[in-house]
Amino acid sequence: MTSPLEQKKIKIAGPSVVTANRTWDGIVVYRTAAKGWSADLSEAAIVRNSDEAKALLAESVADDVGAIGPYIAPVQIGADGKIVPGNLREQIRRTGVTIGQPAQV
Amino acid sequence: MYAYDEIDRTLVNERVSEFRDQVKRRLSGELTEDEFKILRLQNGVYLQLHAYMFRVAIPYGTLATNQLRALAHVARKYDRGYGHFTTRQNIQFNWIKLAELPDALADLADVGIHAMQTSGNNMRNVTSDQWAGVAPGEIEDPRIWSELIRQHTTLHPEFSFLPRKFKIAITASDHDRAAIKIHDIGLKLIRNEKGETGFEVLVGGGLGRTPFIGKTIKHFVHGRDILSYIEAILRVYNQYGRRDNIYKARIKILVHELGIEKFSREVEEEWQHIRNSSLQIDDEVIEDIRSRFTYPAYEKLPHMPDELRQAAADPDFEAWRKNSVAPHKVQGYSIVTISLKPIGGPPGDATAEQMDALADLADRYSFGEIRVGHEQNLALPHVAKRDLPALWKALDKLGLATPNVNLITDIIACPGLDYCSLANARSIPIAQELTRRFANHELANLIGRLHINISGCINACGHHHVGHIGILGVEKNGEEVYQITIGGRADENAALGTLIGPGVKFDEVADVIEDVVEAYLALRERPEELFMDTVKRLGVEPFKERVYATR
Repeated sequence: MTSPLEQKKIKIAGPSVVTANRTWDGIVVYRTAAKGWSADLSEAAIVRNSDEAKALLAESVADDVGAIGPYIAPVQIGADGKIVPGNLREQIRRTGVTIGQPAQV
Repeated sequence: MYAYDEIDRTLVNERVSEFRDQVKRRLSGELTEDEFKILRLQNGVYLQLHAYMFRVAIPYGTLATNQLRALAHVARKYDRGYGHFTTRQNIQFNWIKLAELPDALADLADVGIHAMQTSGNNMRNVTSDQWAGVAPGEIEDPRIWSELIRQHTTLHPEFSFLPRKFKIAITASDHDRAAIKIHDIGLKLIRNEKGETGFEVLVGGGLGRTPFIGKTIKHFVHGRDILSYIEAILRVYNQYGRRDNIYKARIKILVHELGIEKFSREVEEEWQHIRNSSLQIDDEVIEDIRSRFTYPAYEKLPHMPDELRQAAADPDFEAWRKNSVAPHKVQGYSIVTISLKPIGGPPGDATAEQMDALADLADRYSFGEIRVGHEQNLALPHVAKRDLPALWKALDKLGLATPNVNLITDIIACPGLDYCSLANARSIPIAQELTRRFANHELANLIGRLHINISGCINACGHHHVGHIGILGVEKNGEEVYQITIGGRADENAALGTLIGPGVKFDEVADVIEDVVEAYLALRERPEELFMDTVKRLGVEPFKERVYATR
């Protein structure tokens, strides 16, 4: 789970999305095919090769006011078409901390 | 408590206005993230996994009750109802919105709190002993000198763009509770043979991917010369410190590469140029700072009041008192450490309700003062012994009377992969599971003093290198793997732990730690032999054998 913020080269091994944090409030968002951002992973644009990933990332980086720190993250797509995060880090970003938050305990 | 003057109040308020304008320009697109990043970092704002994280300074770990209530207010109004106390006398809020940050900062500024020096490549929040001013036997209150350095370094242009972050810690006691040997500069307040106050100065300590224990660079620097001496160190660092490689940019690397002798010669030479300059501190300056620290009007109280004698019959109270209550320099008073390590809970977290209630208790029982320690616990520094039973009952109702201070469940842990964008592995769930494994107080007591420190990456915010047992989370082939070290310590005899073998998986960590502890209990010569003493006597081999023989 090397931090994607340290990614030097764009190399993808399977379906991926571009994710970032929304500028005004910081929440996790995903780049959509409509050139916007959504907090819903199911609305994310899926890329499947390096060229597509580069193009989506470049477009995301250009939208600096919308979201910050965009990077490419792996996802898995189930037989039913459902998109799920491809690693633990992204799972935690999507569903929240794996521990109870003190104020909720 | 320290009373800030008009200059400080103006500085803090101006900083809020400045940041409000910067945020407005950022949200309008006038500033790009690249331009804004350094500005937000200078105000304690990071970007983490889920949101922005806001780190607020608690200089030398001292809080007034109105300040703690303001932190509770920020947690409640702008965040998710809790805050996380860190290993450097800061508090972090994990879910803050950038658009609301200026308002949060303004609310904190009303009570003299800010976020300056909590991030970025500058001089960070100066930390000190959480028992400063009340510990028996200390030379004098180290916060006076902490405050002097805070004033001198805040927004100092020469210290604002260093090769890397720079941390100073100060202690005035023989027993080091401020972990000065793992700081860029560690200062130990001492007196020379003439009775003059000064410092033993250590340099080059630090953890992270290349850990070093700080080395003594000068055995005695007179108090009046401490600013010029620190500045000389910083100048040598600024001149020679590496800016080309972030991993080699800390002063510890420079000290290591130059060697302490050469480094100290360079500092000495620089110091002679500036020693007799305006950096020399007049006694009046120190006296002015000293006069701004107010101390309680202690009563003359008995050493053993009836209330305490009667409460001693309650084993639950005694279990708490034994671990949480420490001697005070004034007869009839105690220092009470408040564990933020509930069994099964995240280390260092406190809810807004707990903070508010604790502020009420501090007003009632501790002259309105709270302290924050690097172990991620809080303390009430001035509690009359007669009030201990009532305080204990009140803390217990708040979930703040876990009797585990300095025991195996008093775990230091960084936020790890649950929150941090740098982390490779989770820390908090490991800590939670360990507290459940050792929840039995009799067992924890039998084990005795044992510090477990957990970091979720090599940056070592959880101080794993100096844990009696250290746990470092790394990533291997997409999985969380944990390396275990033993024999580290962060006190006056600071040492780095030794790796005992290959990393283990997330689900195996608690079993491994149980094995290490069982080995210790079997190997110790007598019940009083602490874990660290057994490790020192036998080395890591017997522990290694125990852990890996069946794995």
